Amino acid sequence: MNFPILSSLILLPSIGALFLFFTKSDKKNNFTGKYVALFTSAVNFFLSVYLWILFDPTTPDFQFVEERIWIKDLINYKVGVDGISILFILLTTFITPLCIISVNNSIKDRLSEFLIAVLIMESFMIGVFCSLDLVIFYLFFEAGLIPMFLIIGIWGGARRVYSAFKFFLYTLLGSVLMLVAIITIYWLNGTTDVVELYNSGIDIKYQNLLWLAFFSSFAVKTPMWPVHTWLPDAHVEAPTAGSVLLAAILLKMAGYGFIRFSLGLFPVASEIFTPLVYTLSVIAIIFTSLIALMQEDMKKLIAYSSVAHMGYVTLGIFTIQQQGIEGSIIQMISHGLVSAALFLCVGVVYDRMHSRLINTYGGIVSIIPKYSILFMLFTLAALGLPGTSGFVGEFLILMGAFKDNFLVAVIASLGVIIGAAYMLWLYKRVVFGKLINTDLKQMFDLNRSELFILSCLAVPTLFFGFYPDPLINTIEVSISDLIDQYNFKLASKT
Amino acid sequence: MENLQLVLPEIFLSLSIMFLLILGVFKKNSLRLVQSLSLAVLIVTAVITFNETIGVNETKLFNNSIIIDYLSSLMKIITLLAAFLVLTISSNYLKTFQIFKIEYPILILSSVLGMMVMINSNDLIVFYMGLELQSLALYVLATFDRDQIKSSEAGLKYFVLSALSSGLLLYGCSLIYGFTGSTNFDVIANQLNSNEYALTFGIVFILVGLAFKISAVPFHMWAPDVYEGSPTSVTLFFTMVPKIAALTVFIRFLYVPFLNLIDQWQMILIFLSIASMLFGAIAAIGQTNLKRLVAYSSIGHVGYALAGVAAGTNDGIQSSLIYITIYILMNLGLFSCLLMLKRDNKYYEKIDDLSGLSKNHPMLALSLLIILFSLAGIPPLAGFFAKFYVFKAVIEQSMYFLAIVGLLSTVVAAFYYLRLIKIMYFDEQKEKYDTDHGFWLKFSLTASTLLILIYFIFPSQLIEVVSRINII
Repeated sequence: MNFPILSSLILLPSIGALFLFFTKSDKKNNFTGKYVALFTSAVNFFLSVYLWILFDPTTPDFQFVEERIWIKDLINYKVGVDGISILFILLTTFITPLCIISVNNSIKDRLSEFLIAVLIMESFMIGVFCSLDLVIFYLFFEAGLIPMFLIIGIWGGARRVYSAFKFFLYTLLGSVLMLVAIITIYWLNGTTDVVELYNSGIDIKYQNLLWLAFFSSFAVKTPMWPVHTWLPDAHVEAPTAGSVLLAAILLKMAGYGFIRFSLGLFPVASEIFTPLVYTLSVIAIIFTSLIALMQEDMKKLIAYSSVAHMGYVTLGIFTIQQQGIEGSIIQMISHGLVSAALFLCVGVVYDRMHSRLINTYGGIVSIIPKYSILFMLFTLAALGLPGTSGFVGEFLILMGAFKDNFLVAVIASLGVIIGAAYMLWLYKRVVFGKLINTDLKQMFDLNRSELFILSCLAVPTLFFGFYPDPLINTIEVSISDLIDQYNFKLASKT
Repeated sequence: MENLQLVLPEIFLSLSIMFLLILGVFKKNSLRLVQSLSLAVLIVTAVITFNETIGVNETKLFNNSIIIDYLSSLMKIITLLAAFLVLTISSNYLKTFQIFKIEYPILILSSVLGMMVMINSNDLIVFYMGLELQSLALYVLATFDRDQIKSSEAGLKYFVLSALSSGLLLYGCSLIYGFTGSTNFDVIANQLNSNEYALTFGIVFILVGLAFKISAVPFHMWAPDVYEGSPTSVTLFFTMVPKIAALTVFIRFLYVPFLNLIDQWQMILIFLSIASMLFGAIAAIGQTNLKRLVAYSSIGHVGYALAGVAAGTNDGIQSSLIYITIYILMNLGLFSCLLMLKRDNKYYEKIDDLSGLSKNHPMLALSLLIILFSLAGIPPLAGFFAKFYVFKAVIEQSMYFLAIVGLLSTVVAAFYYLRLIKIMYFDEQKEKYDTDHGFWLKFSLTASTLLILIYFIFPSQLIEVVSRINII
């Protein structure tokens, strides 16, 4: 048996959290605690890069598969990665250390508990992306609620209790139906092993209901219109690091789930429900973009833009075209980087001025130039300017959509324009204009750690914007295999 | 000559009770001695049960009126261990109120004896005898803090309502006896064919009585008042131990004599289960007293355990036994936390008293957090697996409605568990509580929390323990 690299990736952050738990948390140790957390997550990042190097992109099979008996005769612990999941693992391990660095400025109270929550969260998120058994997937998927609930509730803003409850109950409500579906699949096929289910297919009679049950969970988590309302609340109230985790990684679980389970397990139902997903995605793109235009609160604006961006993702996934799905995955990775950066940018000014309202700011370009440049970069990436990773994703999605459904593609393209409008307007109002609020003059520019975090996010945003090949190479084979399987199963009606 | 070895646990326990009673009466200041001896008796009885009966095949004694099999041995051991833990952690509480008397351990022992008889019963009369023995002890326990008006009220309420339900139960027994000519489960099973509809009446009455004992909706009305009024240590006993015995009887009674009438009673059980799950979840939301909240939450949990019984398969029975075991574990932890909310010889039991607990007592709050998330059924904690097994058994029987209602009510229930967590973690802190708790209290809290937390690493063990139960 080889070195269990995936299990190590899952376990390592938890071990770090355990270590933090047993170190006493006074003021001095908070400092060491932070380095422990940073060290753990950095090691995890390098481990996942190593995984990417070892990863063989020429085969659609699952790699690094580990299988152990877990509940006898019922469920096996099975993990593995293919081209689709490996990028999400990398994204997770990349974002988490940056989150941990960013807590310097924002979290004052109970720092070591916060770091424990973040590390445990990382464990669960990696678990979601590499589990190859439905029950294990559900386990990780749901378990993530606990740390996130605490992150929003303990370290959040004024209306944190309301937001934390809304987040928890919405997501739980969506997920319990998925649990019913998973048990039903077990009852129908006698297994919850994803690979076996891919091979055997699921009885066509049950596919529609099962698809809907999974959809209810993923739609809430994505979030799709009209069940997106928890997201703005959660984002606004969560501390910066929490918003980053939420936007960059948590939302991607659902997109990943759509590709892995909805398309992989229920092709017939997916075909039937594609119009539904298209409709909801298009509404999300147009409607939430319009809402974003009207926001006064910077975090809320970015939260609504997340909903719109995820609308592109779901649209791209259900085109069932090579470009569409590739675009969706790249869009998710790019959104992970860009939205994380945007939330951090809001966090930077919030830490200084303690206000997230757009009209507090204005004319800060001459006061904090470095910040303004980086903020500019991420604003442009968010609206999909060519040369940033945002462009690649959106472009591929729209290409896929044009192949599949002209009308939907045209409407979705309109969304790009509104997207540009609200992002640029936000930037204009915050950074340019007359300096009216004289308090702003006391703001200091990015400190070293902030500069480091934002540059770390800027590099891949630009790099993959100009040269997306490494990403596409990784996912290409897996996706074309997925689509072949999909069409084959659709043709043979299983 | 019957094989008396198989009923040795019961014989030993009853002789010990008599001996302890005499000891307590004749020897002055014998409280500590009686307490320690009672604990020893519980452990010895558990050991005897384990040694003598757990390995034997199904055996029936005394004109087939008593059955010894794996199910009964297992449930007796769980009962004894739960009673042991309750007794150990309650002494400090009772001392605070100066109601720690020799009667307390003896009453607990007698009710345990009653439960053991219930678990063993293969005959309506033996069953009724055990039930009454445990109930009588429980009435007195509920009023144990007799100078408190609430405690007396609790005991009286419990007594009156319980007597009513016992009456209904007896009426059901007499109907069944009238139509089948016997009180023995095996004979009844053979006489079933002729008078189905008449027998259904009997089953309904007996189910009412049983549902009352495990506080399933709509026979739950006593539970919140009694749980709130009784001393907390007694409430702990109420929420855990009698439920094991009652659930076992539920299973035995429905599956041995009346398996062929499953179509008749399955509907009733599904109703009881759905009503309990929904009502337990919704009614708990408005509570301000922790003990009342626990009462409603225990009503909800009974609903989940009954869902497993309603499935009508061995899988269902096993899942419901797993459920009740994990539930007991969680409840033990929950009450250990409650018993730690003590300041200046006063125990606090309002929900607001938890406010800011995480700052003053981080470890206590963390344990309670884990227990509450587990009660809410969030993975990867033990409570999730309990629900998972139950719903797996239910869905295998295509009872989707039950499964979906059950899972949706977990979402509602999650709300009030989250509310407690919110108060502990998000609200402002209050005064500190005492920290000088007894060893057993700390032990039971730590042990139950750890078991809940790491259950997901070894989920197979518990399944293996119950997988030998095949009574269909």
